[in-house]
Amino acid sequence: MNPAELDVAYIARLARIHLTAEETDRFQSQLATILSYVDQISRPDTSGVEPTAHTAAVFDVVREDVARHGLDTEEALRNAPRAANGLFIVPKVLE
Amino acid sequence: MDLHTLTVAGLRDRLRAREVSPVEALEALSRRITAVDPAIHGYLHLDLDGALAEAREADLSLPLGGVPIAVKDVLNVRGQPCTCGSRILGGYTAPYDATVIARLRAAGAIPFGRTNMDEFAMGSSTENSAFGCTRNPWDLSRIPGGSSGGSAAVVAADEAFAALGSDTGGSIRQPAALCGCVGLKPSYGRVSRYGLVAFASSLDQIGPFSKTVEDAALLLGAIAGRDPSDSTSLDEPVPDYRAALRTDLKGIRLGLPREYFQGGIDPQVSAAVHAAVDQCARLGAEVIEISLPHTEYAVAVYYIIATAEASANLARFDGVRYGHRTAKPTGIVDQYGATREEGFGPEVKRRIILGTYVLSSGYHDAYYLRAQKVRTLIRTDFTAAFEKVDAIICPTSPTPAFRIGEKSDDPLQMYLADIFTIAANLAGICGISLPCGFAETDGVRLPVGLQFLGKALDEPTLLGIAHAYEQSTEWHTARAPV
Repeated sequence: MNPAELDVAYIARLARIHLTAEETDRFQSQLATILSYVDQISRPDTSGVEPTAHTAAVFDVVREDVARHGLDTEEALRNAPRAANGLFIVPKVLE
Repeated sequence: MDLHTLTVAGLRDRLRAREVSPVEALEALSRRITAVDPAIHGYLHLDLDGALAEAREADLSLPLGGVPIAVKDVLNVRGQPCTCGSRILGGYTAPYDATVIARLRAAGAIPFGRTNMDEFAMGSSTENSAFGCTRNPWDLSRIPGGSSGGSAAVVAADEAFAALGSDTGGSIRQPAALCGCVGLKPSYGRVSRYGLVAFASSLDQIGPFSKTVEDAALLLGAIAGRDPSDSTSLDEPVPDYRAALRTDLKGIRLGLPREYFQGGIDPQVSAAVHAAVDQCARLGAEVIEISLPHTEYAVAVYYIIATAEASANLARFDGVRYGHRTAKPTGIVDQYGATREEGFGPEVKRRIILGTYVLSSGYHDAYYLRAQKVRTLIRTDFTAAFEKVDAIICPTSPTPAFRIGEKSDDPLQMYLADIFTIAANLAGICGISLPCGFAETDGVRLPVGLQFLGKALDEPTLLGIAHAYEQSTEWHTARAPV
């Protein structure tokens, strides 16, 4: 792992966050320091070790397939920045 | 007497005896908040009128009937704001109650105020709140800890009888330690996360802040248990935690992890914790030195796993359905990018970028998968330790509260403030912090926290031990000079 491979501007595009040039530079150097620190996880022997995604042994939890009340349309739209006709309004997605 | 200084148990007894009414209790808190919160800034929002209406109708026969509770601004309470300390949720009104809130209401408690926090619970000082830093009631020039700094400060300053917080890497225990109150992180799955705005879903747990261990037991009993709306909540019976409280430690084996006392720990913190270990021995505990050999990797593992999960969880903040939206987007992708640029603060952006990177093609195995494997090694350390001991005793934080601004330009130093609390989240076990003394700095007394860690779902033993220690000392009776 080489922190120099981190391209903050590219990752910010993947994460859908616009950054100023000043922020990009600052994060580039701060994240390089953090990546150098986290690099120590390559030290312990993990051969044959299973990854932990979750600490409790809970699998395939299902509930009864019965309809239940959720938010109605009006409640769901109450926090919307823009809404009309029972729909969220966003900028044009397709030309 | 000053009602605002009561514990939950003390208030409840007076409410039931009809010596005090729920309205009087709320009015006492309101006066206290008016007097001290301008200096502390523990609250972001108060709904005293709504709470007073509920107080008038309170059913005092319920376990927490008429008891007002403060709530970290990361938990949805129907009809109230829930900003998570972020501009991106400015103007948002919660459309439903989190399960813990529904359970508190069913137990008769009254949520009345929203406490300050690091933005999206990312931080150890509350300096990352978009709405200003909370101040430590013991020294207003210092941080209260974080991310639940508001909840810790309002309990420590008697602006609340108790509060709820969330703990992803120490966000309940560390601020409780730095403010001198009790903070409990339940085992993963003990408490439903439904209605908690997610930071890192495999690590987050909700828990109480209180003035005593007994109150923590009362509150945990009210909020714990299986919830069909959170498939990670465990289908395990909820014991009577208060019945597990004890007054001695005979027959208890306490593990002292040698890795937690090596370097970097403030000498006054070390002295206070060692004195607490001696006190536990006097109460009958057998103290055994143990090893948690992978401790040194915990912070690194955490900052990979927590940021990876956060980068996915925070993708929902896109300006479409709720919260802030940029004014004049040129298209949908620009709307996402500009909304998030304007809405998130620097620490949140930094962590989303780190989390996106460690999950990205070509780096996933080296960082994320590797971190998950080292997480297994850390869990195994605890499994082995708990074969020899009933609980682990150690510091909560390596230092007392630091000054506002002292670490805010150095994210890595800030991350290392959580070095003793993070492993419990990675392992899914329970932990509690409680006061064990003071460190004197520049003529000011700053609280020091003692941490006990217990096996997953063994909160009865954890609370029992913590109560026995607490009741044998005077530390929990000290009040902040505000």
